[in-house]
Amino acid sequence: MKRKIKILVSLLFLMVYGRSTILAEEIDVKQIVFSHLRDSYGWHIATWGDTHVTVPLPVIVFSKTTGLNIFLSSELENGKTYKYFRISREERHLDKVVEINSAGNEVRPIDLSLTKNALALLLNSIILILIILHVAKWYKKKPVDAPRGFTGAMEIFIMDINDNIIKSCIGKDYLKYSPYLLTAFFFIFTNNIMGIIPLFPGGANTTGNIAVTMGLALCTFLAVNIFGTKEYWKEILWPDVPLWMKVPLPLLPVIEIFALFTKPFALMIRLFANIMAGHAIILGLTSLIFVTVAMGPAVNSGMTLLSVILSVFMIFVEILVAYIQAYVFTMLSAVFIGLSRVEKHKQEVY
Amino acid sequence: MSLLIPDAGLLFWMVISFSLVFLILAKYGFPVIVNIVEERRASIQKSLDDARTANDLLANFKAESDSIISSAREEHKKILHEADLIKETIINSAIKEAKELTSRQIEEARKEMEKERNASLLKIRSQIAMLSVDVAEKIVRAELNNTPAQMDLINRFLEESSEIRS
Repeated sequence: MKRKIKILVSLLFLMVYGRSTILAEEIDVKQIVFSHLRDSYGWHIATWGDTHVTVPLPVIVFSKTTGLNIFLSSELENGKTYKYFRISREERHLDKVVEINSAGNEVRPIDLSLTKNALALLLNSIILILIILHVAKWYKKKPVDAPRGFTGAMEIFIMDINDNIIKSCIGKDYLKYSPYLLTAFFFIFTNNIMGIIPLFPGGANTTGNIAVTMGLALCTFLAVNIFGTKEYWKEILWPDVPLWMKVPLPLLPVIEIFALFTKPFALMIRLFANIMAGHAIILGLTSLIFVTVAMGPAVNSGMTLLSVILSVFMIFVEILVAYIQAYVFTMLSAVFIGLSRVEKHKQEVY
Repeated sequence: MSLLIPDAGLLFWMVISFSLVFLILAKYGFPVIVNIVEERRASIQKSLDDARTANDLLANFKAESDSIISSAREEHKKILHEADLIKETIINSAIKEAKELTSRQIEEARKEMEKERNASLLKIRSQIAMLSVDVAEKIVRAELNNTPAQMDLINRFLEESSEIRS
């Protein structure tokens, strides 16, 4: 045990000395963190010396002038231009594909590129579908047996969400919503967990991207409002309050309608901010190693050790957050749906 | 700030992938699992309830059989007791009857014997009378001439016969 520790420590020092000669240039931590948090057209896996290992992904753009264009993201690497397309360096469309029109200005085309996050979403979706269908297949085969192992664990997981969140928050007609809410929970959870895994199929900051959380919040918004009862709409548009609060100035209806949109908005921001912040902290901690190179081997190795310990701690916290945020999103969605299913209050007689 | 601006392209892919997941899992995934688990739960609950009622039934049966056994034992005791009583009374009455019977028989035997004796006495007397008549006849025939001796003889015979009679 002691020998192992010695070897580890000396290896650490070796690595640090080795690096300190390579990384002489200034490191832009902000740039590193942001480039990892943001979506990108190619999937950068690693840099080995001077070669970047990047999986090229299709760029799909519709432009008004040239119509549909599909090409690989590797065509745009290092500031290259494909036809009239290039990745913008200007502040307005930073790091997005733009088209240069005849006047020489950058114009943003309709961009449906299969970006890193889009591909990660699809991969995570496939993983989730395979897992759940595998479990469901087991049940179809042996409907009366009690499952064990992975299926048993998934059963506990699924039924816990189903019983303790969905059933208790929605009430009697929860069965109609449980497929959506279970899907939302496991979609978020899978994406969160895959986001923490730093190796290739994982590592994309999907649920820490506002477009993804916006999509989820949109689904909840639709689920709440499409199936809302008459009573629910009555409470929004003509609430049971003194008349002067509704006529002539519809004070409360306005507040209620505003609340209609703030609820999913809060869902969107909450999930996005939590996951994004977690990724940012882990990236920041990792950057600590490279930032302190300039401060000499002693400081650097100390900080490296600290960084590794803190990163491990943060990753555990992130696993917890992955569950908690999926839980919170599902629970709040269930609560909002439950509120939209209100029945007419019974007239109380005094 | 670019992090806070949702990208339309990614939103498009997000909607596609989420709808894909939702459509597949809402049809073939979660409802299947949830329904089967609910069914299993219900069947487990039912089995537990059944077992409980069966247990109760069994306990009832046991109590019932216990009470039947104890009452039978009670009955058994009572019957034995009664039998004892009856036995005693029967024996007693038999003894009494036997006593009565024997005393009656003895009485009857005694009466019979009395009767027999009386009859035999009568017979003997008549015989004696006949004998004495015969004797008297013989004496009369033989000793008619010897009167005093005759008379003595007759007296003696009469005395003897009366002795016999008493």
